[in-house]
Amino acid sequence: MKSNSVILSGKGVTKVFGFGAHKTVAVDHVDFSFRQGEVISIVGESGSGKTTLAKMLLGLISTSEGEIHFEGQLRDIRSHKQKKEYWKNIQAIFQDPFSSYNIFRKIDAVLLDCIKMRGGGKFPYEQKLALMREACSFVNLKFDELTNKYPFELSGGQQQRLMIARVFLLKPKILLADEPTSMIDACSRATILDMLMALRSEIGMTPIFITHDIGLAYYVSDTVYIMERGKFVESGSADEVILRPKEAYTRRLLNDVPKLHEEWDLSTV
Amino acid sequence: MAKVVLEVNELTTRYITRFRESIYAVDHVSLKVESGKSLGIAGESGCGKSTLALSLMGYYFAPLHYTSGEIIVDERNITGLDPDEVRKTILGTEISYIPQAAMNALNPTRRVINFIEDVIQAHRPGITRTEVYAMAKERFELLGLPAEVLHKYPVELSGGMKQRTVIATSVILSPKVLIADEPSSALDVTSQKMVIKMVMDLMDKGIIKSLVFITHELPLLYNVTDDIMVMYAGQVIEKGSAQEMVFDPIHPYTKALMGSIIVPEAGLRNVKLAAIPGTPPNLKNPPSGCRFAERCKYVMPECRVASVELQKASEGRAYRCLIPEEDLRKAYKHEK
Repeated sequence: MKSNSVILSGKGVTKVFGFGAHKTVAVDHVDFSFRQGEVISIVGESGSGKTTLAKMLLGLISTSEGEIHFEGQLRDIRSHKQKKEYWKNIQAIFQDPFSSYNIFRKIDAVLLDCIKMRGGGKFPYEQKLALMREACSFVNLKFDELTNKYPFELSGGQQQRLMIARVFLLKPKILLADEPTSMIDACSRATILDMLMALRSEIGMTPIFITHDIGLAYYVSDTVYIMERGKFVESGSADEVILRPKEAYTRRLLNDVPKLHEEWDLSTV
Repeated sequence: MAKVVLEVNELTTRYITRFRESIYAVDHVSLKVESGKSLGIAGESGCGKSTLALSLMGYYFAPLHYTSGEIIVDERNITGLDPDEVRKTILGTEISYIPQAAMNALNPTRRVINFIEDVIQAHRPGITRTEVYAMAKERFELLGLPAEVLHKYPVELSGGMKQRTVIATSVILSPKVLIADEPSSALDVTSQKMVIKMVMDLMDKGIIKSLVFITHELPLLYNVTDDIMVMYAGQVIEKGSAQEMVFDPIHPYTKALMGSIIVPEAGLRNVKLAAIPGTPPNLKNPPSGCRFAERCKYVMPECRVASVELQKASEGRAYRCLIPEEDLRKAYKHEK
């Protein structure tokens, strides 16, 4: 696995909503370059523009300004066909697993779609079944218990794991995880994170975590970007940014999290 | 010894499904909260934390039913009271409850002050609007909320502000006990801190006497409460002071929970998080022995035979396991 080639980079990426007096600059000229195989975290409060940036990276919304390069080439996703091609390389897991599924489609259909997207539409049924079993066992779900069920019949943790099973089948090069564990309780969180990390070494993808939980960012990532009001205010290796923060904003974010070995200062609200 | 404000003895409540099956979501839970103290309740989703919170109020509505046990608030036994009477004389004045998504409690078509009026008038009929306004303004200012909030509609407020507004409203009649069920889990870290500061202020300024705080975020619980109680499958599995529970857990489940904490502190990256395999048992037909046996690393054949009782360790400390305390500690040391 090449570990140092840049897989996704951006220059002056900007998103402006509205115009005139109602103009809001959600993402303001951010530059970044994500290397292959690296675990990246983008940390910021609500309203700092991290989800907007994620949507632009995914190609769900267009950029107002700036360019995004994928694997060294300017990303071109003007037509739907090009977008579909692009989405084979980049996939996402969202915050709310309950609203990530089509409620009218059974779980088998969800997984079969992924196989079809990877060009397995004409596979014999046994092979498809074996693939689905493999994906489910990777995330510790039993496929035989899931068949013929609708997504709402699963618990939140199971749904989020099924999301990871989808990623396992799709084998994207980049995975954007937008607050993947914030709806899940602390005990299942470790399981989900472990699975994402195992998946990373299994299929060699580059995970990008988008989160407000600085503890999680510190635990999983190699490189951390701190985002404030649409700008990256600090970036660097996780140890550097979290343990020796330079910016006042980073220090404030760290201060807002309850800790075990330090007194939690509530007076600075 | 300080006065006990909330005492619960062997409380059992159950859900009755439409197929007439009973689900005992709170199973013989006992707890005591003294005046000026706070109790934290931790556990996985589906372990009965929120049902316990609802049960503590003594206000039962289908499918939740009272089965046995007693709840004593400030020397008054409130078990077996008529739901209407509970609503009129207990809720709001003796016990107040903040649900998980408290901000959804606000009526989007009415201003905050009208919402507060409804609350106060339900408990004190005949109170005038000027008096209500004075009361609300005083309480909001005491808690550091601007009085302008009172004249706003819920849509004009941010999530954290709405949450704080509802908390301030729920304590407007100075209840003795406040039950907070995940008051900050839908908020980002900065708003969370503001909400927590407000809850701590309520205790410090003497508005409420005791606090029951429910969350799955253990670092938060450690910083907010004096005592922690861990629940599993409807039962109390371990209880003790916050310090002991976090740094010196006895029960294997508590140990695993403490191993799943993520905090931004040096050394975290080298630790492998403890993931607990498997899922909690289905409470429709719980296992006969220890309920944690299926997922326990130290399981023995005896564990699956008879139900395990809560054993006293030291003062105020108890755990539900057949293995003696010393042996468990030795096993943990050995693992390291």
